[in-house]
Amino acid sequence: MTEDDLDRNRRHFLTVATLVTGAAGAGMAAIPFLSSLKPSARAQALGAPVEVPLSSMQPGEMVRVLWRGKLVFVLRRTKEMLANLPKVDPELRDPKSDVVTQQPQYARNATRSIKPQYLVIEGSCTHLGCAPLQDFDVRPAEGWEGGFFCPCHGSKFDLAGRVFKGVPAPTNLKVPPYRFVRDDLILIGQDSGAA
Amino acid sequence: MARIEAEVGKPQGGLVKWIDDRFPMTSTLKYHVTEYYASKNFNMWYVFGVLAFVVLIIQLLTGIFLTMNYKPAAADAFASVEYIMRDVEWGWLIRYMHSTGASFFFIVVYLHMYRAMLYGSYKKPRELIWLIGMLIFLVLMAEAFAGYLLPWGQMSYWGAQVIISLFGAIPWVGDALVEIIRGDYSISDITLNRFFALHVILLPLVLIGLVFVHIVALHEVGSNNPDGIDIKKNKDASGKPVDGVAFHPYHTSKDLVAIIIFLMIFSAVVFFAPDMGGYFLEHANFEPANLTATPEHIAPVWYFTPFYAILRAVPDKLWGFILFVTAVLLPVFLPWLDRSRVRSIRYRGWIYKSALAVFTVTFLMLGWLGTMPADGLYVLMARILSVVYFAFFLLMPYYTAIDKTKPVPDRVVYHG
Repeated sequence: MTEDDLDRNRRHFLTVATLVTGAAGAGMAAIPFLSSLKPSARAQALGAPVEVPLSSMQPGEMVRVLWRGKLVFVLRRTKEMLANLPKVDPELRDPKSDVVTQQPQYARNATRSIKPQYLVIEGSCTHLGCAPLQDFDVRPAEGWEGGFFCPCHGSKFDLAGRVFKGVPAPTNLKVPPYRFVRDDLILIGQDSGAA
Repeated sequence: MARIEAEVGKPQGGLVKWIDDRFPMTSTLKYHVTEYYASKNFNMWYVFGVLAFVVLIIQLLTGIFLTMNYKPAAADAFASVEYIMRDVEWGWLIRYMHSTGASFFFIVVYLHMYRAMLYGSYKKPRELIWLIGMLIFLVLMAEAFAGYLLPWGQMSYWGAQVIISLFGAIPWVGDALVEIIRGDYSISDITLNRFFALHVILLPLVLIGLVFVHIVALHEVGSNNPDGIDIKKNKDASGKPVDGVAFHPYHTSKDLVAIIIFLMIFSAVVFFAPDMGGYFLEHANFEPANLTATPEHIAPVWYFTPFYAILRAVPDKLWGFILFVTAVLLPVFLPWLDRSRVRSIRYRGWIYKSALAVFTVTFLMLGWLGTMPADGLYVLMARILSVVYFAFFLLMPYYTAIDKTKPVPDRVVYHG
């Protein structure tokens, strides 16, 4: 066969077809490897809901629990704490919880909770995931009505986990799904909507 | 055997000849070592490439021995590091060499990069060497970050939390990406296990491969020199550059002195100050990871702090991430940002000299600020210096173009 006999179009088509088929095959073969990087069945199973008993909690007391390896704060708010919440509204970035991904529908209210006295929020700063510190002392001179302070990059949140303006955290602290099993027992990680 | 001899003839010249008939051994040695000519006026800035290679060897060797006793599981990791430190014979030495080596890797690599900025080593025709080098720097950062999680101390855990969360700032895919990196809903045993795999297999392999092509690319175009002139333009009758001497034995014997001095300093740190006052090994990391409490003051290891200071200076999550990534990547574009007609700082004008001096101070100050708490004056300083950092790179095409340069000599010059 000489150069003249060569059907270049045919050769080009075969080259491209081989490349495309090969690339498709390589793409398919990559799926199992990439999928293996996702949370495994065991990691998903370990994400089971956790119960938190409320009977022994005093007003103003906060407990920390781990759900799916994530820190969750359960705070029993006092009457004063609840009364102080609206005072900081003008200083907040999202006082009405308009960012819907940050809480279930049933916690999208003035106190960001099912029962006003119990606040359930993830203790993970929405900036870069540090655990915010509790700073519940009211300091009128600084205009501080009590809330959470992130030690890493200085983000501030009020006692409903709502973020202040002018800090690096973009959104309010997340409210995890939860429900009251009884008046004195909550289940974090599952709500009435789920099975 | 007989068939091969029939093809290439009976062995003549012994073992070396036998190998050379089957593998380009002598020619490779000549090309890369005994007949690789580099400028004869190299100064002390030119030892950091070799030193980076020495640290790489130290890290590979000590790393292999550490994996023999380390357990990559959340429940065992911290205890296994303590076990290495206390119960394994000489385990403390191997581990301190590895942890000190990590910091020295960055010291040496930063100085190596700074040398390129002093003498314009990234300029044509060495752009690709610079790009490969920047890739090495990025992989090294990933390698150091993955390695830092392994002791599973407080700083390991919360440092990883902060850096992995950074990727969550990417619009749309951020959250899914973070889940793929962690392999879990939070940093867990699973995350530790895969970071171990990245740290001991994938990233070192990539690193070694990149170092190999870095050197191949360098030997193709030849090394730069403190005068930034092309020594290949002046060759003697036999075709050797008159201003060049062979890498071996001339440069190697000089490098040996640098290696010995380096090892003296390295040993002094390993033996007398392995934690370097909390800069090489952060004190919060002597406590096992506690998932319920972030340390009061969180800062990355010193080699990430200049970029971390820039991240913290921005009061917005997405923009903080964007500027952080840009700050790390900007040096990649140096070969095209620098419009000066000359390479070496010796023949540049006062504008570039001043700009580089300001940049040097800025980078060091940002590094210091990254270790300090993020409040008040520190944040203000970090913001001002971040602007200076970006200005150095982004204004470079203008100020290097108008800078008055001095005439460059034809032959290398000896100073002092």
